[in-house]
Amino acid sequence: MLSRREVGGGRSSLGFSLIPSFPQGSNNKVTVHFINRDGDKITAKGAPGDTLLDVVLNEDLDFDGFGACEGTLACSTCHLIFEDEVFKKLGPVTDEEMDMLDLAYGLTDTSRLGCQICLSKSLDGMVARVPESVTDIRQSKDESA
Amino acid sequence: MSRLCGGVRFSSCTPKVCIVGSGPAGFYTAQHLLKTHQNVHVDIYERLPVPFGLVRFGVAPDHPEVKNVINTFTQTAKHSRCRFYGNVNVGKDVSVGELKQAYHAVVLSYGAEGNRSMGVPGEGLAGVYSAKDFVGWYNGHPSCREVFTLNPDLNCETAVILGQGNVALDVARVLLSPIDILKKTDITQPALEALVRSQIRRVLIVGRRGPVQVACTIKELREMVNLPGTKSEMVEADFDGVTEALKDLPRPRKRLTELLLKTALDTPGDKEQQRRHQASRTWGFRFFRSPSEVLADADGNKTVGIRLAVTRLEGSGEGARAVLTGEVEDVTCGLVISSIGYKSHPIDPSVPFDTRRAVIPNTMGRVKQATGLYCSGWLKTGPTGVIATTMNNSFDTARSLVEDMESEALDLSSVKTGSEVISALLEERGVKSVSFSDWEKIDSVEMSRGEASGKPREKILTVEEMIQVART
Repeated sequence: MLSRREVGGGRSSLGFSLIPSFPQGSNNKVTVHFINRDGDKITAKGAPGDTLLDVVLNEDLDFDGFGACEGTLACSTCHLIFEDEVFKKLGPVTDEEMDMLDLAYGLTDTSRLGCQICLSKSLDGMVARVPESVTDIRQSKDESA
Repeated sequence: MSRLCGGVRFSSCTPKVCIVGSGPAGFYTAQHLLKTHQNVHVDIYERLPVPFGLVRFGVAPDHPEVKNVINTFTQTAKHSRCRFYGNVNVGKDVSVGELKQAYHAVVLSYGAEGNRSMGVPGEGLAGVYSAKDFVGWYNGHPSCREVFTLNPDLNCETAVILGQGNVALDVARVLLSPIDILKKTDITQPALEALVRSQIRRVLIVGRRGPVQVACTIKELREMVNLPGTKSEMVEADFDGVTEALKDLPRPRKRLTELLLKTALDTPGDKEQQRRHQASRTWGFRFFRSPSEVLADADGNKTVGIRLAVTRLEGSGEGARAVLTGEVEDVTCGLVISSIGYKSHPIDPSVPFDTRRAVIPNTMGRVKQATGLYCSGWLKTGPTGVIATTMNNSFDTARSLVEDMESEALDLSSVKTGSEVISALLEERGVKSVSFSDWEKIDSVEMSRGEASGKPREKILTVEEMIQVART
């Protein structure tokens, strides 16, 4: 299975470049506000085409256990929650992403996996909330099962 | 905060913690300890010469991205306050008691090396394996070479897997995957060769309950549905009432059940018809069946079939129970794989162990009725859950441990020499540990051997050879 990083171009979830290349000036950066598990707001910037996971890694944001599978749709630890208006702008979800998202703890109707969301100027100023306890639900509730 | 150490005022003694087991539980516990406590030193002891536990020996060869966590574990192992000691068998080469003397705290994270047995006659016949051993075999676990004196006998048309979790689906997928796919993975060479010769064309994945209770998750189901060269074959009647139940299901279960229904019941379009027509291998779930006996041939040695008791459901949803109806059904097969759960074993009589649940009794990772003893991973909660589950479980244990260090619930007042003492003991006993950089030699040899055959690595299959490479 291809890592999302192995796919060339703008690393969109569709696997080919949708993002025209911008000159790399700081006025082309996209601002993202993360709300961490303590409720603190952490502001970071990324380049158009970066995924939200890229931003978390590049900016060394310290979310415990975030992005365990390194953006390959093999876990749900980069689960993020968005406000309605932002969620609508995030583009389509593939079955592959939904399959992993389905396993996320605290899944909501406006949840996505951060490794699949690519930044664009239209998302400038977006807020993404890191939900509590990123546990995959592929476990038995009865611990003795 | 300063503390009295041996009568002289020092700042707090360097806390020394050791962790038994180097799978995800061990590494994530270590990672969290090192991150949240600036002085703690962590030593990880591992029975095998190679680290990573089920990430190496459990995750299916065609799921390489799941193994990406090895990168973060490698970073942890190379942390200045972390040391890896492979080839050390805790319980045999050194006791838990000796570790407790040498360290301020001991974390047990050695997982579940056993498996639940079906408890039916014929379970010991040739042709019957636990999924743990089957998976261990295709993933090159040194102890699984001995289980199959020859490679498992794949000279039969039908294989029956008991259990419908993700491990069962991994086994089915490996049995039926086109060789062209498998040969580019890190599946072991002997397993690959056995699969090339395999006659298996049909795999049934059997569960006691119904479609709504199936324990696997959608990604794994989708992989089966999309497996090249295969088609599914299910029993329509098993799905009675399932469509009606859909509307009340939470989204994850609903999507899974919808995919199952579609696969089982939909009339295929032309393209799908053609694909099925060309498929040479079949797989299917069988529901409402529980193993009651494995059937032997006339000589009483080999498996020729399995007798399944027919069940029905009482109740619905997650809590539904399978109840025997008295009917049975015999299925012809030559390979039976029971995938009904791994199981932990006790390590040492001094460590409390709940034999019914096969876990170490604990509260938030603190072992009950013991001080300085903690547990994480499957040993703590039972053998279910994926790597991310274990990650959280381990972070919780680490949090408890750090809390105890800071609140002085854990006695840090005496200097502990940790690995100095243990290394001396091991040397006395003729045990040579394998360091992380020794593992890197093994890693490097495996990867370069794999390159020759277009695989990410060619795993070394014996402890002897691993040690030989480690010593070069």
